[in-house]
Amino acid sequence: MNKIGYLIREGFLSIFTHGFMSFASICVIIACLVIMGSFSLLAVNIDSIIQDLEQQNQMVAFVDETLSEEDAAALLTQIAETPNVRDVQFVTREQARENYVSQYEDSALFEDIDGSVFRHRFVVYLDDISIMEQTQRNLYKIYGIADVQAHLDVANGFITVRNVISLVSLALVVVLVIVSVFIMANTIKLTTYGRREEIIIMKMVGASNSFIRFPFVVEGLILGLIGGGLAFLAEWGLYQLLTEKLMTGLIGNLVTIIPFNVLFLPMLCVYLLIGIVVGVFGSSIAIRKFLKV
Amino acid sequence: MIQMSNVTMIYENGNVKAIDDVSLTVKEGEFAFLVGPSGSGKTTIIKLLTGEVAAVDGELDVNGFDLRRMRRGKLPKLRRTLGVIFQDFRLIENKTVYENVAFAMRIIGASRSEIKERVPYVLELVGLQGREKRYPRELSGGEQQRVAIARAIVNNPKIIIADEPTGNLDPVRSLEIMLLLEKINALGNTLLVVSHEKELVNALGKRVISIEQGKIISDGMDGYYGYE
Repeated sequence: MNKIGYLIREGFLSIFTHGFMSFASICVIIACLVIMGSFSLLAVNIDSIIQDLEQQNQMVAFVDETLSEEDAAALLTQIAETPNVRDVQFVTREQARENYVSQYEDSALFEDIDGSVFRHRFVVYLDDISIMEQTQRNLYKIYGIADVQAHLDVANGFITVRNVISLVSLALVVVLVIVSVFIMANTIKLTTYGRREEIIIMKMVGASNSFIRFPFVVEGLILGLIGGGLAFLAEWGLYQLLTEKLMTGLIGNLVTIIPFNVLFLPMLCVYLLIGIVVGVFGSSIAIRKFLKV
Repeated sequence: MIQMSNVTMIYENGNVKAIDDVSLTVKEGEFAFLVGPSGSGKTTIIKLLTGEVAAVDGELDVNGFDLRRMRRGKLPKLRRTLGVIFQDFRLIENKTVYENVAFAMRIIGASRSEIKERVPYVLELVGLQGREKRYPRELSGGEQQRVAIARAIVNNPKIIIADEPTGNLDPVRSLEIMLLLEKINALGNTLLVVSHEKELVNALGKRVISIEQGKIISDGMDGYYGYE
């Protein structure tokens, strides 16, 4: 216990005795994590915006003309219970006519159009547009539904766009993670390189590899935690600043940006975890070469 | 203590034998000098004894450790039975004199009270009382070498190996260090000292092993280093 306490203290003190290199390591960890995190947040937001747009994509289920308004309205429960249906609204013939006419306010041509030419209908919103066709078939099976209009081509377009963006984002995030880990590990390696003489002395005096490695791992762990924590705070500030600017501008009216409090915990965990992994592995790998004395 | 039989060593980057069929024995309590010109193989013998390099042939036993068959993982245990002193002192710059010496005790798992008792005693033995809180850069060369000697003897090693311990010192400091090593030998420690300083070696009148081109050319108790 005495020995472990000593080794932990050594690791902690080493951060201060090699102050400049510790500072450099923390800065590199912060820079890499902020770049990587910013890109990840952008990808998450793009994905969320596409999801919003997807959810606005709707189907229209037309009711058989022979059904009265009451009978037609009674179909609402069956439609709502159909799998993948997120929301459903009943629209009567008259409402449909008004909606139609309102699109052509300037034209007097449609003002006298009779409501009977329209059919009662349901506007159906879906959870997942990738199974829109299957939902369409299920709606057809409901007695009283004459036709279901679905923009399958639009839905497929959304799915393609989303898949491409997800794939590109994932690939870029993976590349950024690898590059960041490489840069961070190399910075820690450089800081350790300056201490190779110290390691050789320890080896010659009879220190075991674990005795030498432990303080370095503790040091890497602390530097990783500090770097990860500070990077998280920097990212938080940047995100808030950017969100405020965007939401007060034109873009705010078009898209919804995910609030940071939703991402707080997962982001904090990921940042600290990456910081720890990079710190611990970076220092372990870095001193491995010098231990072969 | 040290038993070398027909040991040969070749470095990876060369075809020349750094050590060629060397046989050597150093017994408990002995003080022996290993002398010879630069590149003769003195330092290679030290590296063989500390396990820094491995022999390609022969038998090598140090303090009961069979270095020809021993796993590398056992090297720390071997090194804890040795006290090694280097020409360039090799002190840890960011540790004080006290910490540099105490550090060697921590490696073997000594308790805090043992360290508190032993380190001041050893520092006094090498003449460094009052210098405990100094850093290596605040000391003269002679004082730094005394710290290295204190570190080498603090764990009561079976053998103390010194590689050119006076190589970086002026003649007066060199003599002081040699006399200190003699004092340590008188306390019962075994010493193998590499040197090329003829006057110092001859002045002490100890066993002198001469090596040239990787071979032992003389080994005598007359304490005479005659190589020019």
